Amino acid sequence: MSIRRKSVLTGWSFVLLSVVLIFIFYFYPMIQALIMSFQTGTGSNLEFTGLDNYKRLFSDAMFFTAVKNTFIYLLVQVPIMIVLALFISVLLNDKKLKFKGFFRTAIFLPCVTSLVAYAIVFKYLFAGNGLVNTFLLNLHLIDTPIGWITDPFWAKITIVIAITWRWTGYNMIFYLSALQNIDNSIYEAAKIDGASAVRQFFGITIPLLKPIILFTSITSTIGTLQLFDEVMNITKGGPGNSTLTISQYIYNLSFKYSADFGYAATVSYSIVIMIILLSFLQFKVAGDKNA
Amino acid sequence: MHKSKRFFTYLFLSIISFVSIFPFLWMVISSTNKSVDVTGGRLLPGTHMMENFRKLLDTTDLQLSLVNSAKISITTTVLALLIASLAGYGFEVFKSRSKDIVFNILLLSMMIPFAAMMVPLYRMFANVSDTLPWMGIDTMTSVILPTVTTAFLIFFFRQSTKMFPKELLEAGRIDGLSELSIYLRIFIPTMKTTYAAAAIITFMSSWNNYLWPLIVLQSPETKTMPLLISILGSGYAPDFGMILIAIVIGTLPTALVFFLMQKQFVAGMTGSVK
Repeated sequence: MSIRRKSVLTGWSFVLLSVVLIFIFYFYPMIQALIMSFQTGTGSNLEFTGLDNYKRLFSDAMFFTAVKNTFIYLLVQVPIMIVLALFISVLLNDKKLKFKGFFRTAIFLPCVTSLVAYAIVFKYLFAGNGLVNTFLLNLHLIDTPIGWITDPFWAKITIVIAITWRWTGYNMIFYLSALQNIDNSIYEAAKIDGASAVRQFFGITIPLLKPIILFTSITSTIGTLQLFDEVMNITKGGPGNSTLTISQYIYNLSFKYSADFGYAATVSYSIVIMIILLSFLQFKVAGDKNA
Repeated sequence: MHKSKRFFTYLFLSIISFVSIFPFLWMVISSTNKSVDVTGGRLLPGTHMMENFRKLLDTTDLQLSLVNSAKISITTTVLALLIASLAGYGFEVFKSRSKDIVFNILLLSMMIPFAAMMVPLYRMFANVSDTLPWMGIDTMTSVILPTVTTAFLIFFFRQSTKMFPKELLEAGRIDGLSELSIYLRIFIPTMKTTYAAAAIITFMSSWNNYLWPLIVLQSPETKTMPLLISILGSGYAPDFGMILIAIVIGTLPTALVFFLMQKQFVAGMTGSVK
């Protein structure tokens, strides 16, 4: 055996276990789900019914509620979070800023908690007689307690606040590390040319961070499309399905209602398609072939 | 003008930091108070911590859940690090075109939403429950297996391997070491910080994992900490002091890991985007 051939074989033996595991636990279930999306039945008794599930999908009001809710979270929360994280990281990147370590640690801290734990803490803080309402009442900002969890509108806002609290610091770390890689002389040159801080931000920082912004918006989009833990533990999808997400609907179809695995698989493929379409769209909008 | 801008920077960052820290403070303070004081909005530490803790021990199987979580997270972390670093190393050191194609296919798995896999995965494990009871539903193995290799971790190790000094490999080969012993005796010891960062990331996500354990762990004896906390939190007459001490205990391991290894953690996060 030639040395080259031997090296190739050794290489394959190093990666084999991972490749096998990822095929068994990611790609095989993906294909299974696709097959199941054409089947109907309860539990394990599934039979082929063609496009029935897909037809059902388009006339399923609860599915559209879940999609609508998920997109509201997506369109409201992801932009707020990314702008906020960018803004914070630019402030923290200032060389003359003091207590940098403290600010960074404090803002990153929420990422340490489990989604379940923080969701329950938020549920209590935003309860009718919770601390947030007490605080707002004492400041006379509101006259009657806000139904943060019991009102369909405010329940969505609560979920948005919760996710923003949990994930802004996470995205900030990516921006900070990217900012530290930018050569300071670019800013020096811009300053000499008389560019204001705002112009430097839009003219230098944003374009240079574009690949990272694209990366974080895609991961945040994928994360939001799969939103489950928070909604399950703060509102359980209520009141009246007003916070229900697609993932929770799939969970309900499979494990809470009558175990309709086939239809659940069909709904799950809607997330796959959305992720592909949205990621593609974000690449197009960013217009960066190398990102 | 310049001074006021400075002032607003500090003010803004202080407010954001306070908002970030406050829920933690509240959770720790409330775990020392009686349930009525928590709902009453008391923001001072109380003296009921031990009482809350004792109630938690009486009403739940806290030790069991902690042990379950620890077993799952530690096993997942050790296996994930071994398997993924082996693959990351393999993909980077022994390059071949067909392997690069496979690597790119593996990366596609990062796009697969868990929601799309959970039903088939559940059926997979339910199907083997009869023939291989040790890896069926309700076992540690069924929680660990689907999360033990992720494309992200392989990608992370491949990126870090790019920075590994290749002369060390050559030196090992000249000394007649086998490829496996070069990996074990040269690569692993040199890449300590990379392993530390990967360990933190994996341990945290495994300790905090909720949806898959919720599906696959069904009996009370197999419950993990997030499941226990979730069940406590959804009760109708919640004992706030008791639940919050459960949350504090459940958060402690990941918070400790984070504070003890903050530097490696940040390095790991940044390493993954370079």
